[in-house]
Amino acid sequence: MNETVEIRWHGRGGQGTVTAAKVFADACLSSGRYVQAFPEYGPERAGAPLKAYNRISEKELRKHCPVLQPDIVIVADFTLLDGIDVSAGAYERSAFLINAGNIEAIKKKLRLKSGQKAYVVDGTRIALATIGRPLPNSPLVGALAKISGLVEVDIVADDVARSFDKKFPRKIVDGNRNAVKRGWEEVREI
Amino acid sequence: MNVAVAVTGNDAMAHALKQINPDVCAAYPITPQTDLMQRFSEFVSDGEIDTELILVESEHSAMSACIGAAAAGGRVATATSGPGLALMWEMLYVASGMRLPIVMPVVNRALSAPLNIHCDHSDAMGARDSGWIQLWSENAQEAYDNLIQAFRIAEHPDIRLPVMVCMDGFIISHSICRMEYIADDAVKNFVGWFKEKNALLDIENPVSYGPLILTDQYHEYKKIQSDAMERVFRVTTDVAAEFEKISGRKYDLFETYRMEDAETSLIVLNSAAGTSKDVVDEARDRGIKVGLLKPRLFRPFPHKQIGKILQHLKAVCVLDRSDSFGAYGPLFTEIAASLYNYGGKPRLLNRIYGLGGRDFLPKDALLAIEAVVAAAEGKTDLALKEYLSIRG
Repeated sequence: MNETVEIRWHGRGGQGTVTAAKVFADACLSSGRYVQAFPEYGPERAGAPLKAYNRISEKELRKHCPVLQPDIVIVADFTLLDGIDVSAGAYERSAFLINAGNIEAIKKKLRLKSGQKAYVVDGTRIALATIGRPLPNSPLVGALAKISGLVEVDIVADDVARSFDKKFPRKIVDGNRNAVKRGWEEVREI
Repeated sequence: MNVAVAVTGNDAMAHALKQINPDVCAAYPITPQTDLMQRFSEFVSDGEIDTELILVESEHSAMSACIGAAAAGGRVATATSGPGLALMWEMLYVASGMRLPIVMPVVNRALSAPLNIHCDHSDAMGARDSGWIQLWSENAQEAYDNLIQAFRIAEHPDIRLPVMVCMDGFIISHSICRMEYIADDAVKNFVGWFKEKNALLDIENPVSYGPLILTDQYHEYKKIQSDAMERVFRVTTDVAAEFEKISGRKYDLFETYRMEDAETSLIVLNSAAGTSKDVVDEARDRGIKVGLLKPRLFRPFPHKQIGKILQHLKAVCVLDRSDSFGAYGPLFTEIAASLYNYGGKPRLLNRIYGLGGRDFLPKDALLAIEAVVAAAEGKTDLALKEYLSIRG
């Protein structure tokens, strides 16, 4: 990994992808790093493809532009693989984290280069089990923490819980905490 | 204690306003400023501060309310963006002409038409001659720091002029980044207690604001206003020195980056300066002696000091995020004026970038560096003014 880790999220409007990027940045802040989190600003429409970005670094972040060469690409909805080139600008050693259950189908669609790695977590299934709604972002944030090595699972879980704490009942807060932990535990390389 | 946070530029500005707790704020929503004042209004509604919040029906009214409240004797603020600032146009001159120390974040946005909500500097540049002091900010930290310092500059007895604090819309206003909040007490002590000397509500000592002044004295009145602007350089520097004591951060009228042995330089405002610094570093690694200068105080403009820094260079490329159609970009004109009275004259180039929120990418900064290096090497067929990265 570079001194600065650049992350690009692909999701759909209304899925909470932008929130996930924010929560991850916040969790990395607790470890003393410099962080950025921002979406691609366009018309906001539920279901439409969107991108969000993170930069996480040991040194001050001065770039104020989209991530063009991501170290890590996250795909919150695997159906995006049909219409979007999620590998655009990726390095030979970039990592991909896909929210999906069917691993074989993903392998075929991703067409990775030799040095690139792909990880899968079934975030939607985990979310249904823990939160009761198909919002895969908490498991994805847990999985991202694991594969990036940027932050410990307990810190992320606490941060996610805190971000829900003010507005949601105990059940939802705890559900998201568990979702993060399960994302961390269940993500695997394919 | 100062604390590191991950927040948006709008969060940061709202937090500064909360710490300052002005007497009166007028608010009218306009993207991308909206959630700045929305957040601030939450602080008021939650009873965290006791600012009198006036919800108005337009930006013209917002500035009018600020003018009335400031003349009455209050510490006053509002915030706006793009077309909102344009609609304030008439009242901007009233605020500065009445010498009212109003402070206003401007979250930079393009002007219509075509309709566009994204960042460029056409709004604030259109207001550059309105008699307002302008501070420009690269990121959320600088926006927060500038906003706190703005009150001290505006209210200084030698100045008494309104201040705009500019920050790039969306790019900074809506992006989360790490920055540091100063402790509430330290901010409160820094801005201090504001006591208006000529308050309309001080009925023991009646005064008039905004009377008719015709051909006999208007000219002299404006000369006094112009003289006050000249004093802003000293006051801004003094306030920055004091601010360093509570923040540990150093501010000047402008920032220079890797200029010590530079032969060429980029001149650029706000967030694009950050991206450009990274590209300057990469060029330096390849042995290119390029530096960067980022104005912080745009009104008044420190022509003399900037001229001194640039006069010995071979070439300078000025990046403008707005255009003066049929002329050069507004920043270019100031840089040209900074250099004319000095012996050595670098070649000057003007590049227009990022209008209506077009991303300013590292490759754009590189194009500017390549152009300024070519100019330094004596290449003659370079366009003096050009739009960067125009799509086919």
